[in-house]
Amino acid sequence: MALTGVEIFKLLPKTNCKKCGFPTCLAFAMKLAQRQASIDLCPDVSEEVKQKLGEASAPPVRPITFGVGDKAVKMGEETVLFRHDKKFVNPCAFALEIKDTLSEADINSKIEEVLNSEVERVGQKLRIDAIALTNDSNDIGKFETSAKVVAEKAPAVPVIVCADNPQATEAAVKLFADKKPVIYGANSENADAMANIAKTYKAILGVTANGLDELSNLTEKIKSLGVTDMVIDSGARKAKDMLRDNTLIRRAAVKKNFKPLGYPVITFAQRDDSLYEALIGAIGVAKYSSIIVLSSIERWKNLALFTLRQNLYTDPQVPMQVEQKIYKIGEPMSDSPLLITTNFSLTYFIVSGEVENSKVPSYLAVMDCEGLSVLTAWAAGKFTAAKIAQFIKESGIENDINHRELVIPGYVAILSGSIEDKLEGWKVTVGPREANGIPAFLRSRA
Amino acid sequence: MAFAPPKETYSGKVYAVTIGTGENTITFGEENVLPFHTFEGITPNRPIIAYEIQDVPPIDWPENVQKPYEGISNDPVSWAKFCQDNLKANAIALRLIGTHPDRENRSPEDAAKTVRDVLSAIDVPLIIVGSNHAEKDAPVLVAAAEAAKDRNCIIGKAQEANYKTIVAAAMANNHKLIAMSELDINLSKQLNILITQMGFDRERLITDPMCSALGYGLEYTYSVMERIRLAALTQNDVTMQPPMLGDIGMYVWKVKETQASETDVPQWGSTEERGITWEAVTAIALLIAGAELLIMRHPRAIEAVEKVIEELI
Repeated sequence: MALTGVEIFKLLPKTNCKKCGFPTCLAFAMKLAQRQASIDLCPDVSEEVKQKLGEASAPPVRPITFGVGDKAVKMGEETVLFRHDKKFVNPCAFALEIKDTLSEADINSKIEEVLNSEVERVGQKLRIDAIALTNDSNDIGKFETSAKVVAEKAPAVPVIVCADNPQATEAAVKLFADKKPVIYGANSENADAMANIAKTYKAILGVTANGLDELSNLTEKIKSLGVTDMVIDSGARKAKDMLRDNTLIRRAAVKKNFKPLGYPVITFAQRDDSLYEALIGAIGVAKYSSIIVLSSIERWKNLALFTLRQNLYTDPQVPMQVEQKIYKIGEPMSDSPLLITTNFSLTYFIVSGEVENSKVPSYLAVMDCEGLSVLTAWAAGKFTAAKIAQFIKESGIENDINHRELVIPGYVAILSGSIEDKLEGWKVTVGPREANGIPAFLRSRA
Repeated sequence: MAFAPPKETYSGKVYAVTIGTGENTITFGEENVLPFHTFEGITPNRPIIAYEIQDVPPIDWPENVQKPYEGISNDPVSWAKFCQDNLKANAIALRLIGTHPDRENRSPEDAAKTVRDVLSAIDVPLIIVGSNHAEKDAPVLVAAAEAAKDRNCIIGKAQEANYKTIVAAAMANNHKLIAMSELDINLSKQLNILITQMGFDRERLITDPMCSALGYGLEYTYSVMERIRLAALTQNDVTMQPPMLGDIGMYVWKVKETQASETDVPQWGSTEERGITWEAVTAIALLIAGAELLIMRHPRAIEAVEKVIEELI
């Protein structure tokens, strides 16, 4: 259970030595209770107290890094149930299931799909993060052979080794030693052997059970065997059960600081129908999964899932921004209209969508206003005549168009005169106040 | 360590809203828990998906979502019958987009005739929405509400700029009403209060906090919906207890991802599958956030979402 500031204070030396950087032990205790400081800052506290506090002050969902290097995935560290309370921290990983019953050629082509899955969206590079190799054959040799193909062809991609036979697991996982793989998994039958393998190969141990009670007991047992990094699976496969268990797991961790379930969740979303599978995956994205295993990764499906993840893991306190530049909408020519707006992503999306709807090819100048919308940016002095003039001049758009007319948002009509003063030879036209007026506005001029 | 499931108790409940008449009524809402949290309360009714049709041919829809309605969508009556009889729609949403001054600018009388024609052809409940032109919607929805008198439809959308006329029309003709505000829980609450102050029964309202498509502000709609639902259930805020609408199709089928060809953007994959998935994923996200009523376009997207709802309840 989480300790209060006063409970923590009782365990501290109470010397007010300031070595931790805080003025008093009580102030430090308060920071510890809010998880804004680490007990390691106190040089005088005993190891025993450290351990006790370390446990109590650890994040409710254990932080774990899956894989190594550039493609490593951070998991856990979540602190809330609803994204409007505080940002969801570590976006879930998507993993492609590869069965060891496939031919080497088929395994290779699945690996290729994973390696080529990267797309860019709003400045972020998004991809299928991991491979889940499954021992469907129940054959140790076959599993090991398939693991070799994966290790060789996709050496940088984090891997989940899925087998319930410890021997098969060990045969495959040794190929990923030092790469922080996930072993999936330990169950009530094989927990001891699996825990040993996880320790030997420094792997994260996936733990699966029949329900949350059994799962809690199992993670406690495995922890007592010396494995600290786990990902958990309640065994739920039906959407209804998955949503229930994931919700209860997150609640228990965040609200009760219940350690046995304070681990990232792995979700198996596989379905025969790919669209259906995408929707089950979408539930996982929204409801607390840290790894989502898929059976196929068509590009259209990836894009939708990546986008959902990006949307829901956005910090609700920090506006999403798009890159400052002149965007081409349709295939604009030198006489096409030029409009300007700010770089708040929602503003950009709505304005560019309406320009697109108008079917009038246009240039859309999107100016960096630190992600503020038009009126807010204007009020904050970031969308001013001088800055707009400077942006237009430096953008080089004057080489692409043969006219000198700039359409500004109706809400900042007040700027039209001063922009004309600062942009010599330009005419400023006041456009509609709301984006939904853009199609009629552009068509009436075409 | 034994696990005690940390269950929540909620003090509030979402209103049940019934639409349609005779044997074909449907009810949504009435749950006293967060969406699909059947393990800690009651969820008597499943969310409803209405098929969207419109009063004029859907020339503004992308080709991939026009296709399923080819040959029948040039007439709202045959389109409505096709949705009801062939696609087994539970409800139909008629959008009077042709009344928009920038479109065909059809008159309120034309709109009323379309409403009468569609209603005489179908038995399932009807949702009637305007063209989202605040000024024009007022006379159009008044005429439409009269034409649909006593058929227990949903009409909308009443917005801050035009709600008085539309509320009066819904009240006089015994309809349910959609109240729409723009992505802000306080605006939603305020509009619901203004409408109930006119004497409109709170239990006949549907809140539309404004939809957004996946990738285009979905997270705003998602969080506003979650906050509205939490206010309704955990704070027992009666002004936030009407069911919520996700008007998905019109937002989804205008974004680039539902239209750009695979030749232009090969890394995005099949255009058709992408569009359908975009609509379905948007729908699932909003159901999870709290929507009880959805308006959608593509039959395959609707079918997939229905299947997931089946698995969730």
